[in-house]
Amino acid sequence: MNDTLSIVLSAAFQICVVLLAAPFITGVIKKTKARMQNRKGAGLLQPYSDLVKLLKKEVILSSSASWIFRVTPYIVFTSMLVIALLIPTLAVPVPLHWIGDIITIVYLLALGRFFVALAGLDVASAFGGIGSSREMSISSIVEPAMMLAIVASAVTAGSTDLSVIVASLVTSPVTLVHPAHMLAFVGLFIVMLAETGRIPVDNPETHLELTMIHEAMILEYSGRYLAFIEWASQMKLFLFLALLSNMFFPVGIAASLQPGALIIGAAALIAKVVVLAVAVAVIESTNAKLRLFRVPELLMVAFILSLLALILYFIIGG
Amino acid sequence: MFSFQVDYLSAFFLLVVSILGCAVSLYSIGYTNQFTQFKKTGLFLFLYNLLLVSLICLVTASNAVLFLIMWEVMALLNYLLIVNEHESASTRRAGFLYITMTHIGTAFLVAMFLTLYSYGHSFDFIAMKAAAGTMPAAVRSLVFLCALVGFGVKAGIMPLHIWLPEAHPAAPSNVSALMSGVVIKTGIYGIVRVVFDLLGPNPVEWWGILVLAVAVVSAVLGVLYALMEHDLKRLLAYHSVENIGIILMGVGGSLCFSSLGHPTLAALALTAGLFHVLNHAIFKGLLFLGAGSVNQTTHTRNIEDLGGLIKKLPWTAAFFLVGAAAISALPPLNGFASEWLTFQALLFGFNVSDLALKLAIPVTVALLALTGALAAACFVKAFGITFLGVARSNHAENASESPLTMIVSMGFLAVLCIGIGIAPGTVLSLLDPVTNAFFNVHIGSGAALNSGTLSIQQGAGTSSSPFFIALLLVGLVAVPIAIATAVGGRIRRRIAMTWACGLEKIEPQMQYTATGFSKPIRMIFANIVRARHEIEVENETSPYFRQTIRYELKTESIFHNFLYRPLTRGVLKAAHTLRKLQTGHLQTYLAYIFITLILLLVFAR
Repeated sequence: MNDTLSIVLSAAFQICVVLLAAPFITGVIKKTKARMQNRKGAGLLQPYSDLVKLLKKEVILSSSASWIFRVTPYIVFTSMLVIALLIPTLAVPVPLHWIGDIITIVYLLALGRFFVALAGLDVASAFGGIGSSREMSISSIVEPAMMLAIVASAVTAGSTDLSVIVASLVTSPVTLVHPAHMLAFVGLFIVMLAETGRIPVDNPETHLELTMIHEAMILEYSGRYLAFIEWASQMKLFLFLALLSNMFFPVGIAASLQPGALIIGAAALIAKVVVLAVAVAVIESTNAKLRLFRVPELLMVAFILSLLALILYFIIGG
Repeated sequence: MFSFQVDYLSAFFLLVVSILGCAVSLYSIGYTNQFTQFKKTGLFLFLYNLLLVSLICLVTASNAVLFLIMWEVMALLNYLLIVNEHESASTRRAGFLYITMTHIGTAFLVAMFLTLYSYGHSFDFIAMKAAAGTMPAAVRSLVFLCALVGFGVKAGIMPLHIWLPEAHPAAPSNVSALMSGVVIKTGIYGIVRVVFDLLGPNPVEWWGILVLAVAVVSAVLGVLYALMEHDLKRLLAYHSVENIGIILMGVGGSLCFSSLGHPTLAALALTAGLFHVLNHAIFKGLLFLGAGSVNQTTHTRNIEDLGGLIKKLPWTAAFFLVGAAAISALPPLNGFASEWLTFQALLFGFNVSDLALKLAIPVTVALLALTGALAAACFVKAFGITFLGVARSNHAENASESPLTMIVSMGFLAVLCIGIGIAPGTVLSLLDPVTNAFFNVHIGSGAALNSGTLSIQQGAGTSSSPFFIALLLVGLVAVPIAIATAVGGRIRRRIAMTWACGLEKIEPQMQYTATGFSKPIRMIFANIVRARHEIEVENETSPYFRQTIRYELKTESIFHNFLYRPLTRGVLKAAHTLRKLQTGHLQTYLAYIFITLILLLVFAR
């Protein structure tokens, strides 16, 4: 019984960390980008104020929208919460790791994306359709690259369970400097940029119809619905950065569910994610957005790197 | 001679036939009643019921002669059902293509069974199986190839699929559902029956690699061609090709593992493939029935003319959405469970020390991921353009919901999609004796089967629990609701028009089209789908004032261009040359007879 209680409590703690830290990371990226452009920029806590403001506003619904449009924000938000329970963030093994492995996570991401793309078509505007079409096209080339990058890391652990993968890295840190592991990191990093809609794939700050992808799909959202979708995107970015940091630098991650260890784990996680967030901001500031039809080439790079990683495993051995 | 036997494999396929047969029959009550096209409803339903009987006899036949008779009966009944609307020339052509292709397949099957007969000296499956060990390796491989081609035509594997996207849409929708759901699965049944059962337990490795290659090509090209379609039923038909590919990934993986001496992995891979057989039957049946309901009320299959149907056909839309999510392998539906198992089974190929397999596996896994993502894109298009937005034509504007029996039968299949999705273990426990008969292992030793959790104990162990994911997805909705209520109070809604860039009102034509939706994918995969478009502009006086613009887009099948067209051309040419023998002179024919007689006297005394 005590075990069950500690599992439930630590799972709840994990969700809370992800929920509350995600807007902060977005704030860090925005602040860094502002500093790099010689601007002062909004405060680090600005994303929280934005969310609160949106949550308080009334919702404006399109007259052509159906119930799909209304349930989508909840599906997107909830599926991200479930993913937050499955990705090793604070401790390994994650308390509920047996509920889903990495393949489950990939398809849970697809669940959210499926509904957002439908919501884009639901409002009967051309922008929604443009966004849905682009999002689904890009995601269809992201997914093979993502699967290979993950498989490259899963091969040595002999399991697609993320907790098992991270735990095996903690016990044999030599694998971390394996060239294949490093290649897989670069592959997964590119996939992360595409999947979370960052430059050079998509620009989260533009509403220019020629270039926008994710923003086009959610153009008709307002009020609390928009808040949920924005928050879910922030969590997605946070979770991808957490996954990258713990799969490739599993330092400080808790080995037990003791409160002290969990708090150290949370502090280590946020520190690592902030470093990666700054890296994302630097990439966004120094690169231009790619033309839509150049994006497949970038993802092909990620795909080839992951394939090379796999072949390296076979040649040098794990 | 005419003996039936129900073993576990037959029983499983009987289950597949029965579930879909049950739903489609119920659906047919409402469908044939209203459909004006059915002038001879009695005859149609007679043929339909006979088709069900032939399916049941086919999967239970334990004798090659009976099997072939049932195979032909099924093929002919199918033909008669396809050409139900024989007034249209395209339907007749589709029927002709179907009957030609299916007989090419049957020819290979006859050759295959005769080869097996020459070793077993009996048409009984048991005798054939007993004699499999005495066959030389080359003959076994020949039998395997005949089975792959013969059954592959029916299953719709690429490049033998060409009849499928023509025949399935031409048939009435209840028949399409049965064809895509069950009839093409008899091809899979045949492959499993012959390759795993009759040929005994030692396959050769290249068989598996070949099946994997065919599977990958069918899956990826199937879904790409589906994306290019905006005829709802053709789109679904191409998805059948894709899903046969996914099923064969499990079958091919199983053959590889079995040949390399890993019976547990082989059992796991075959389980994944067979599980997908049932799942595909359910969700594809559901989708075809949904398409039938749409077709019946709007009289069009072109999704460019539809839109906004979710408000006119709320039940059909909801059930179609369940089917669309299931075929896109979204958790916690049944498509996810079987694709997850397929992924897991394939990934274990890394632990097998065999170079060919190690190279084949990453490619297969990556392309399975590509297939899944493209399928999701395609069903966002199919559902989004058909059911969401606003109506693009009067047909869609005046659509109304289907009769109760049709809704109930779709609801039954949708509930099964969800039920099997969250309790996959119930079906997997039915599959355990099937694979046990072939490999003599229990998948329980490789995968634990709680009813709600998929778990694999090979290696370090992995698991996924669709049941708990469903529970969490439903339970955690409380979090956003609680946050929103705490911060913003009760929800306040206002209905307004979609922003039309400053114009007064939004027009249906402003919506994205299905062709536009798939444009980026058409460009990314331009080398494969080969789109050809023509634009014709008619100007009145100056190029600035255009009278009409005509735009035509065609996607060409590489198989038509590079395989079938040269083939038919060759056959026609050969026939033309042979026609010179037919001079029409009586003397010449007498000479032929005389020459033949002499040759026979010389050689066949």
